[in-house]
Amino acid sequence: MTTAVATRSVPEPVADTAPDRPADSGRRAGLLLSAPFLIVYLLFLVGPLVVGIVLSFFNTTTVKSGLGGWVGLSNYTKVCRDPLFWDAMWHSVLFTLFTTPPLVVLALAAAVLASRMRRGRVFYRIAFFAPYVVPSSVVALIFLWMYTPQVGLFTKVFSGLGLPVPDFIGSTSGGWTAVTLMTLWWTFGFNFVLYTAALQDIPTDVYEAAAIDGAGPWQQIRTITVPLLAPTTSLVLILQILASLKVFDQIYLLLGGGPNQSTRPVIEYIYDTGFTSYRGGYGAAATMVYFVIIVAVSAAWYGLRRWRAADTAAPAGTAA
Amino acid sequence: MTTTIITTAPGRSAGGTTKAAGVDGPRLFNRLCATCLTLFALIWLVPFFWALATSLRSDGSITQHPTSPFAGGWSFHAYSYAWDHYPIGWWYLNSLVISLLAVVFTVGFCSMAGFALAFLRFRGRGVIIALVTAGLMLPTEALVLPQFIEYRSLHLLGTYWALVLPSIAAPVSVFVFHAFFRGIPTPLIEAARIDGASWWRVYASVCMPISRPAAATVAILTFINSWNAFLWPLLVLNQTKSQTIPVGLASLVNNSNIQYAEVMASSVLGFLPLIAVFLVFQRQITQGIATTGIR
Repeated sequence: MTTAVATRSVPEPVADTAPDRPADSGRRAGLLLSAPFLIVYLLFLVGPLVVGIVLSFFNTTTVKSGLGGWVGLSNYTKVCRDPLFWDAMWHSVLFTLFTTPPLVVLALAAAVLASRMRRGRVFYRIAFFAPYVVPSSVVALIFLWMYTPQVGLFTKVFSGLGLPVPDFIGSTSGGWTAVTLMTLWWTFGFNFVLYTAALQDIPTDVYEAAAIDGAGPWQQIRTITVPLLAPTTSLVLILQILASLKVFDQIYLLLGGGPNQSTRPVIEYIYDTGFTSYRGGYGAAATMVYFVIIVAVSAAWYGLRRWRAADTAAPAGTAA
Repeated sequence: MTTTIITTAPGRSAGGTTKAAGVDGPRLFNRLCATCLTLFALIWLVPFFWALATSLRSDGSITQHPTSPFAGGWSFHAYSYAWDHYPIGWWYLNSLVISLLAVVFTVGFCSMAGFALAFLRFRGRGVIIALVTAGLMLPTEALVLPQFIEYRSLHLLGTYWALVLPSIAAPVSVFVFHAFFRGIPTPLIEAARIDGASWWRVYASVCMPISRPAAATVAILTFINSWNAFLWPLLVLNQTKSQTIPVGLASLVNNSNIQYAEVMASSVLGFLPLIAVFLVFQRQITQGIATTGIR
């Protein structure tokens, strides 16, 4: 409603021409109505991509405006030879390997169990999804306090269970544990909600038929629910991989990429080259290499899904 | 447990006895599941309550009795300290203004574009749809560095617009509106057109009033996303007073800070408004996440 005020002036002329030439008015109205979004979209979503491609061929600095000198492909060759870039890339991949399996499997298990409950679904949804709406820095503050040596909750729980207490902030392995646990808590609800929505689409008569045939709850889950959720699992998996590869907030806030840059992800590497050593052109080249990797992963997934859909012989049960 | 019932079931001719025997196994199974899941959900709530309990205590009793949340009594002292020492009021205001501007412009611009793509046949429509679909795959978070340089050359750094514009450009919102508008029966639109309504009137007085669910989904998700954005506001807003809640609170993240209660009080202030929004709109939010995620 409020938007009507802001945008009224733009499509007003359409009203005058509307009665005489309907097809023409539709054409003009279409352009005028999509223009505001399209301009913002081209300038501020496609724009940065174009700017990035251009900058990657120049030795631009981030401190002053202007492009700097043309350097051709030398930024790219430097990025590809930089061990720090590939270390950072590996850290992002490592984070993906740590977080994706528990986030997908636990979300599937929790959603399947929650869908079988007659009561308390709203409670489960609130409990699991609430962390997702909390800002990352607040999550980092709370978890940093829980990871505090001697007095933190995690430290107490680990020693209470007789487990060795890792140095959550000061060591690499402890740091990965800390970041993984925090990410698990923070983003678990997203996958849970996707699975819950998919579960609602499974008709109940399938279960009734299975129950009449004598299938117990565990058999129903294993032979009906999980196979029918295979498309959702594939979706959740790719969304999770893409989200994990883009990790920045958690590692930056909790560990600062440390100790000794041993957990620094790619986005923080780009951030450091661009805003600490001010090498804008070089950072842009690193951005483009990373960008190509991300797009390749999602394109591979789309291709695989097409191929699987075309291959009718593939049974649904393979994704379990 | 369940397997034994199934193997015995075909042997018996009477259905009633197998049913009576079968009830026990599934019921036990379901009860076990319910217990596990509830325990799991309660564990998920622990960080919230731990932060809340810590924020109400005094730093001295926290270090002495870290695991007994009731030791030393509760007070709101940490909250008044946090409010006085950090510009939390300013951070709230900035976050609120930015998120509301983002919501207003995103709902306006994206619904117009969604309407045009759903009902109007115009030149370039196919190109726009292809462009916007490709945009869905674009990892915008990866492009912060060129984005920063672009905004700097446009002199947008440090302004609210620098934070509002990226959320307007999100292609997902257009798809939510597009999908909703396509569900509106075309006779309704044709009737309005025959009555002499301009396309703008069809959009503003026919389609928008009935698309409240889509508008609500887009509005809530845009609000949460722009309220929680971290990396981009961190780069764009460099004055302490002009920061948003997530960026401002990030300056308190420091593992040598031993003012536990004060820090937790600030983080409770940081999550409270969003948890409130979530509790009110939890159904719309989770449905919105499900529809935009599955797309």
